[in-house]
Amino acid sequence: MINTENLTKNFGNLTAVEDLTLHVDEGEVFGFLGPNGAGKTTTVRMLCCLISKTSGKASIGEYEIGNRADQQKIRRMIGLLTENVGLYEELSAYDNLDFYGRFYKLGEQKRKEQIEYFLKMLGLWEKRNDAAGTFSKGMKQKLAIARAMIHDPQVLFLDEPTANLDPEASKTVRDFILDLKKEKRTIFLNTHLLDEAEKICDRVAILKTRLIAIGTPQELRRSLSGRKTKVQLQRVDDAIVEAVKKIGFQIEEIINNSLVIDVSDPEKENSAILEAIEAAGGHVQFVTEIGSTLEDVYLKLVRG
Amino acid sequence: MDLQSAWAVAAKDFKIFKRKSSVIYACVVLPLVVGIAFPLIVQYALYNSKNHGINAFTLPAFMDAFSIWFLIGAAIIPTAIASYSLVGEKIQKSLEPLLATPMTDGEILLGKTISGLVVPVAAIYAGSIIFMVLMDFVTQSTLGYLYYPNWHIGAILLVAPLASLLSVEINVIISSRLNDVRTAQQLGMLFILPFMGLYIASEFGFFALNDTNLLILAGVVFIIDVVLFFVSKATFQREEILTKWK
Repeated sequence: MINTENLTKNFGNLTAVEDLTLHVDEGEVFGFLGPNGAGKTTTVRMLCCLISKTSGKASIGEYEIGNRADQQKIRRMIGLLTENVGLYEELSAYDNLDFYGRFYKLGEQKRKEQIEYFLKMLGLWEKRNDAAGTFSKGMKQKLAIARAMIHDPQVLFLDEPTANLDPEASKTVRDFILDLKKEKRTIFLNTHLLDEAEKICDRVAILKTRLIAIGTPQELRRSLSGRKTKVQLQRVDDAIVEAVKKIGFQIEEIINNSLVIDVSDPEKENSAILEAIEAAGGHVQFVTEIGSTLEDVYLKLVRG
Repeated sequence: MDLQSAWAVAAKDFKIFKRKSSVIYACVVLPLVVGIAFPLIVQYALYNSKNHGINAFTLPAFMDAFSIWFLIGAAIIPTAIASYSLVGEKIQKSLEPLLATPMTDGEILLGKTISGLVVPVAAIYAGSIIFMVLMDFVTQSTLGYLYYPNWHIGAILLVAPLASLLSVEINVIISSRLNDVRTAQQLGMLFILPFMGLYIASEFGFFALNDTNLLILAGVVFIIDVVLFFVSKATFQREEILTKWK
């Protein structure tokens, strides 16, 4: 659904995004991570046809970014939640949405239905006639999400959708995003919240002007730190350590009678390890897999 | 060009203006003052025991001079509105979501121009009708005929929308460099100086703001409007707004 190939954006001598190549499938929730100034917002702006690209190619669906004839078609099929909610504070929640609904040629009845649907879903229906300026940050964020969705876009770009939200509202938004995923909508999510990315994204990319990693959260964790099996024993002795080494495994560390062993395929290799330990007289209490969190991976790559 | 989208932008601005007392005052005060206070001054001058030399011969010159204020008002009022309309959007950061819609830059600019133009022109025209009715009422017995409507005020009301458009276009250009409504308004006000200069020059007899000169002025302002249209259109580009507007 979203494709970029060597997408680059320069502002004068400054390169904001360099040679970005990625592909986002239809119905995928794609997390876009990176520090401030990494080029995330610039990428979204290019993909939303808000700013031009310097070089490279990009497309959304069958439409090409940078092709003048396709720009309006792209904007019609996308929804954008900007980093700053940018609501009209003097207007009511209803009027804010009604205003945007007009640009997508939604008839009056359809607009009414859409507005009611989203305001009810996000818990704002009772406040529909209140000025947006009187809303809390969380309510404003929810209203801005409803605005981005008012025309049922196939592709949704969300820039920090749960920023400023309390935990309950964050969960409402996350669940909402997962519901959208079930409807086969493509979601491009800019976020700093790695926990959030891990929970809702099918794949994530880490950007620091250039793309430095891309994959499922699990793949990224594994690619960086490898996989490790932790075997908790009643007691560790030299015979057990030697037995594990003898069958070709590296013991990374021994802590409080537990062995942390480097493995490449624990689903297949763990049984051999356990057999060797028991044959050496060890008594296994439990076995777990140790991995890095997405945060560990992110920090390692970004600080790289 | 989708006029419905442009109108939606303007209609949204009208809704916001209704909630902004500063915008309402800007639209109402000047046309009402010129429309009501000047006829009252003329009435006082005419019917006061010392009538300050005002008679049927000199009265038209006073009335013509007063009516020039509608031209000045037409240039002033859009400054209050257009600066809020654009700088206000910048402050609220509401331009980016608007730019992400299928609307073209031209449609957004047209909507902003309509909202900056319609209210001031309507206010000036309404004020001028009050002015003409009241002036005719207080001067008919002295002049022996109804002075208004006439070609002079017709020429002024022809230049007025062009002056308002000029004001809106200048505000679009100014707004791209500013983040403060008041500063935008103050800078926008500077451009009324040429109109004030013309008025003062005419009062001191250096320049006659007669029908012919008003029509020439309309032509000049129209040409400047066309030139500034292209400048403001060049300023109001998505990429410019998102990356270069302060």
